[in-house]
Amino acid sequence: MNEPVARRLGDLPSRASPYSQGGSTTNLADILERVLDKGIIIAGDIRINLLDIELLTIKLRLIVASVDKAKEMGIDWWEHDPSLSSHATDGYRSLTEENKRLRAELEELRGGAELPAAERPERRGRTADRARERDRPRRREPAEDRPRHREDREP
Amino acid sequence: MTEVTYAYGVARDADGTLSEALAGVAGVAGAPVRLVRAERRGDVVVAAGSVPAEDFDEDALRGHLEDLDWLEAVARAHHRVIERLADRTTVLPLRLATVYLNDDRVRAMLGARLEVFARRLSELDGLLEWGVKIYVDTAAAEAEPGGGPAEPFAGSGRDYLRRRRAVRNARDDAFRGAEEAAERVVAAARGSAVERAQHRPQEGALAGGTGQNVVNDAYLVPVRRAEQFRSEVERAADGLPGIRVEVTGPWAPYSFTAAPEAAARGSGP
Repeated sequence: MNEPVARRLGDLPSRASPYSQGGSTTNLADILERVLDKGIIIAGDIRINLLDIELLTIKLRLIVASVDKAKEMGIDWWEHDPSLSSHATDGYRSLTEENKRLRAELEELRGGAELPAAERPERRGRTADRARERDRPRRREPAEDRPRHREDREP
Repeated sequence: MTEVTYAYGVARDADGTLSEALAGVAGVAGAPVRLVRAERRGDVVVAAGSVPAEDFDEDALRGHLEDLDWLEAVARAHHRVIERLADRTTVLPLRLATVYLNDDRVRAMLGARLEVFARRLSELDGLLEWGVKIYVDTAAAEAEPGGGPAEPFAGSGRDYLRRRRAVRNARDDAFRGAEEAAERVVAAARGSAVERAQHRPQEGALAGGTGQNVVNDAYLVPVRRAEQFRSEVERAADGLPGIRVEVTGPWAPYSFTAAPEAAARGSGP
């Protein structure tokens, strides 16, 4: 039945051993993609704009803990973006402006009926929650293209 | 200070001893974790904790989520609680920052979804999530054919073109190797896994490591086949230069909280 999982990780995960031979890694990227991107979505009393979360995960994929590493991999678009250049030295720490811009672009796309309308958690009941869970992959696809689009524009 | 209730996940507490597992665990905001039970059925519970309202209202969250230090602390605390639960029982993680005004509101949510939760918890009983990532190290593959450091200005134009082609061929080989590794993983999964979820490949390097992540999947595997699956997957890159396979886990079934057939099941009367 509910036999305990023989875990090799301690209670305090560390990013220090991302490729542990022990079979468990708890690097931040792996945790974030699960706690932000997966898990049951239920609208709590405090609403978080789902679009904000989607944009956040996109940014987290692109803007990384090590800015140098990102540049090595050719990901340096924020340096060419006027709305971000003032933050270039501290990388991803403040991206509200970028968030706004991406959201505006998404809204624009929605206007062209390419994307489903933004969902309003406060109107959703139980059935709707489940519907959203299975809709998630499809809803994410358009957003996923955003960063590529940005990179393509690079000189 | 006003507090609100942060909900971590839904879990099965078959014998009423789950709260022992949470003793001494520091959750989000360092707060202890308690179990909220539905009124009509006590064996499905929500793990929850009190957090400061001022940090978890809509405006504050919007700001905090942009702060990687804050996000990391909350994500790790959330994950810590989920792991602690998963050590003892089956758990359905809720997404980060699912927040209610108080425990009564959590209880109402749980009561309304009790049957759905109970069914999925039963389906996930005895199953583990493994993460499988495949990386292509194009730099390593490209370095091989020439055998030594590149000399960009040596030799004729034809030499240069030949070197360029060798590099390109090495890259192509590396990606073909990744396909081969991916097929081996799928073959291993066919014998062991019951479900697969695809994550987007990780770009950038929050995790460190080298190479380009080309496959980032999660598999749901019965406990009894877990080690077999893991060892087979770990061998998937054997003999494939420039390819690395990384297995992570076991995880709580984060990537499988929704039943795959949910769409076909209909919404009931």
